[in-house]
Amino acid sequence: MLKLELRPQASNFWRYGSPLLALVITVALGIGLFVLLGKDPLRGLQMFFWEPVKSAYALGELMVKATPLLVIALGLAVCYRSNVWNIGAEGQFVIGAVAAGGVALLADKETGRWIVLAVILAGVAGGMFWAAITAWLKDKFHANEILVSLMLVYVADMVLGYLVYGPWKDPAGYNFPQTKTFETVTQIPRLMSGSRMSVGLIIALLGVAAVWIFLFRTRAGFAQQVGGLAPAASRYAGFSSRKALWLALLVSGGAAGLAGALEVAGPLGQLTPYVPSGYGFAAIIVAYVGRLHPIGMVFSAVLMSMFYIGGELAQSRMGLPKSITGVFQGLLLFSLLACDTLMTYRLRWQSRSV
Amino acid sequence: MESYALLIAATLNAGTVLAIAALGLLINEKAGIVNLGAEGMMLCAAIAGFAAVVHTGSDVMGFLAGMTAGAVLATVFGLLVIYLGTNQYATGLALSLFGVGFSAFVGIGYVQEKLPQRPAFEIPFLADIPLVGAAFFKQHPLVYGVIAFVFGLMWFFYKTRSGLVLRSVGESPESAHALGYSVRRIRLYAVIAGGALCGLSGAYISVAYTPLWVEGMVAGKGWIALALTTFATWRPARILLGAYLFGGVTMLQFHLQGLGVQVPSQWLSALPYIATIVVLALISRNPAWIRINMPASLGKPFQPSS
Amino acid sequence: MTVLNKRSILKIAAISIVAAAALVACGKKEEAKPAAPAAKAEPLKVAFAYVGPVGDGGWTFAHDNARKEVEKQFGDKIVTSFVEKVPESADAERVFRDLASQGNKVIFGTTFGYMDPMLKVAADNKEIKFEHATGYKTADNMRTYDSRTYEGAYMAGVIAGKMTKTNTLGVVASIPIPEVIRNINTFTLGAQSVNPKVKTKVVWINEWFNPPKETEAATSLINGGADVLMQNTDSSAVLQTAEKMGKRAFGWDSDMTAYGPKAHLGSAVINWGPYYIKAVGEALEGKWATGQSWWGVKEGAIDMVSVAADVPEDTKKKVDEIKAGLKDGSFSIWKGPIVGQDGKEVLAKDVVADDKFLGGIKFYVKGVEGKVPN
Repeated sequence: MLKLELRPQASNFWRYGSPLLALVITVALGIGLFVLLGKDPLRGLQMFFWEPVKSAYALGELMVKATPLLVIALGLAVCYRSNVWNIGAEGQFVIGAVAAGGVALLADKETGRWIVLAVILAGVAGGMFWAAITAWLKDKFHANEILVSLMLVYVADMVLGYLVYGPWKDPAGYNFPQTKTFETVTQIPRLMSGSRMSVGLIIALLGVAAVWIFLFRTRAGFAQQVGGLAPAASRYAGFSSRKALWLALLVSGGAAGLAGALEVAGPLGQLTPYVPSGYGFAAIIVAYVGRLHPIGMVFSAVLMSMFYIGGELAQSRMGLPKSITGVFQGLLLFSLLACDTLMTYRLRWQSRSV
Repeated sequence: MESYALLIAATLNAGTVLAIAALGLLINEKAGIVNLGAEGMMLCAAIAGFAAVVHTGSDVMGFLAGMTAGAVLATVFGLLVIYLGTNQYATGLALSLFGVGFSAFVGIGYVQEKLPQRPAFEIPFLADIPLVGAAFFKQHPLVYGVIAFVFGLMWFFYKTRSGLVLRSVGESPESAHALGYSVRRIRLYAVIAGGALCGLSGAYISVAYTPLWVEGMVAGKGWIALALTTFATWRPARILLGAYLFGGVTMLQFHLQGLGVQVPSQWLSALPYIATIVVLALISRNPAWIRINMPASLGKPFQPSS
Repeated sequence: MTVLNKRSILKIAAISIVAAAALVACGKKEEAKPAAPAAKAEPLKVAFAYVGPVGDGGWTFAHDNARKEVEKQFGDKIVTSFVEKVPESADAERVFRDLASQGNKVIFGTTFGYMDPMLKVAADNKEIKFEHATGYKTADNMRTYDSRTYEGAYMAGVIAGKMTKTNTLGVVASIPIPEVIRNINTFTLGAQSVNPKVKTKVVWINEWFNPPKETEAATSLINGGADVLMQNTDSSAVLQTAEKMGKRAFGWDSDMTAYGPKAHLGSAVINWGPYYIKAVGEALEGKWATGQSWWGVKEGAIDMVSVAADVPEDTKKKVDEIKAGLKDGSFSIWKGPIVGQDGKEVLAKDVVADDKFLGGIKFYVKGVEGKVPN
């Protein structure tokens, strides 16, 4: 029978091999799914892996989708590496969007371009504020951050709903629950015409570099992670676990809030009840599949976006149901979690002798 | 007055959905495992149950199908988390996401289906008592079932040996392991039982509560059930009361609307979540309180060192 | 003991990835073959974007039925396709752009929330015709269309006024936009025309489609004394709840008789077929022009169907008379005197409301209980 044997040392090979194997498994299962549905599996794979990258426009759309995922995941990586389990990035995203939207609504025809910076900063502040609630509750009351941050997601949705149905509703909008469209001057600048890619992409890539340097090249980053990996040792070394907690949550909250600002002052252009789009939860998968490593997360963000866009295309071009995206994403994560075991354990056949 | 009796009846019904799921989650949390996949399990169970009733015409088959679906998904979760040592939260989230997508996927053909005429339940004689009868005695059997189950569960946890073993696994798996109990196997049973109950709740939603199938119809009740377990500080009786409270909030909202009271609906909807956060803060503040209430090993992986 | 060798795994993984890539590339080459020259004109490609699932039995179901009617009408002159569950968010723009890039020449967007995305895509694709349902922004190549659902609500009201025993009606309402408020009002006016004592209670669920919430809202209304329900939401949950609790209700958007045979009093259906046929026909003949259409019973877009057998004959006759009156223009629903909740006249005697008035209704008429949200 198959037995799991602890490796003396985590396998480096499987550290990189596991996500690849997980992808292979997901693709294989996907092919099976397509065949079961009576659809051409090759065409299905094309929708997911070729169409989203085949033209400049398609790549642009891919980046538009991947940017918020990457930004949030970067923050989450810092958080999870510190052993702080922020599950509420979705709520921080929403409050960031709300804060950014609020500032954007203040603009009128006379406002200058500086408002874009204010919008972005407001988003970061909003997300940080929302995460700070979780941090404070954990710091002062030892409340479990997983449950608190999760509950706050729903509260955030309600806050958005209240504003959009009430005080912030567009007076010229026929009573539809949405704010007025933000003035063009508040729009996050596009990178090039003809594409929806925005400066957000640059910010994301800068974030990748920043997080990499922080985690792997600074003392503070080292202290942050040691707190996560070996709390006792970190206390012994004099690293403050309180500081680590706050830093982790504020960074991930700010990142999620930034993503919210980029979405709302970018492709969306207004606040509607549909702002919560699940990016906060999808980013958790992105962070995991990317091994909590900034470079890895770039790839996983792109991969997840391919799943999203591929799912859309599979629907409109092949008549496949939309729910296929969720199935793939779930399968990918499951396979990854299972394959990760191979990093710490070795599979061995053992004869039933002794 | 009549409308208040009916409001109570509706609250009992809504609360039952949450209570069944929360009690299931309680079982696995008492053993130390957090299963964030409740929503996914409930949705898969809802479509399984609905499909079963469509094809067999029997509600009982529907409930059994739902419980099976929940148990199967929970087994996958349990094997990954308990035996392969994967991260509980990530695995639970994966289960949730997968369950949402998979149920929508499988349920496509069932969206326009309807179930055979739903029976109206009432307890003879008791149901005819004015007001009280309408409030309490015209419910689906599961509403009474869950109340009985709560007592059964309390007896199991606190008066039986197996319940004690389960709780000790949750409090201190190392000690239980040292005493010779197979911690992993017990946790797996707990997880499967929890999954089956979440499945029963999901099937109840699609077979009895809102007898139709639409993707995402569980609409967050799985997450509320997770909150509920914490809100009730892991006690079965409190879970039942909390379930009625949480379940009643939506009905209360509509009732207030009907009375012309203008509270923004979002505040009422947010109440259960805010209440949970408050309770969490209160019970966690005092380390002694936490020790008494929350299973000590909750969320932490266990690997037998042998 | 066999150990899975590192090297062998690496080999397998590498081979699978290369194989997969090769297959995908081959598949791609097949797609790139040029299309054979057509013997006759290329069929016109028409696409539909739906906000809900095709099987919702309500709003989206009605649109999809109309799409099938269009297919039947034009045969192989057109080719239709649809995308369902397109969210009213930033993703919508991408879907519309993709539909545009796929060679569709007429694109229908079937919910309000697509307005701005469609406008943006329309600006970049001037040769494609965009049809937007229930919106208010137009462009040279984008026009709006809507249906006079309030006419269906009026006929339902007439039946409800006759059939209610408690004189309390209930409406499960979605989002407090003028269209929905107008429907609540018109339902009440219709009921009052045969039964002046009628009152209407309203519960707002703030969503178009949420069957569990619709069920709870319906339950709450019935608990509050309503015995005939109407809805402005997209699923059959309200009717099913009425069936379960022994009350009556109406189907909405599509014929919902099957979902509550005992409770069903009639269905106020929208038939998008006539408009879709006109729109596609105009596109085929090159006669398409922008504008705003609002069709009702007169044009065959609204109807009250499957009226229950136990509705009295004289009521059924009245409904038929209303239909005839709407068709030939001799009957107007919103004709004064109409009084608001506060008792003040909103429409003077014999004055007929125009579309502008109807489009901006934010008040309740007398007989509706509660306040309009915000």
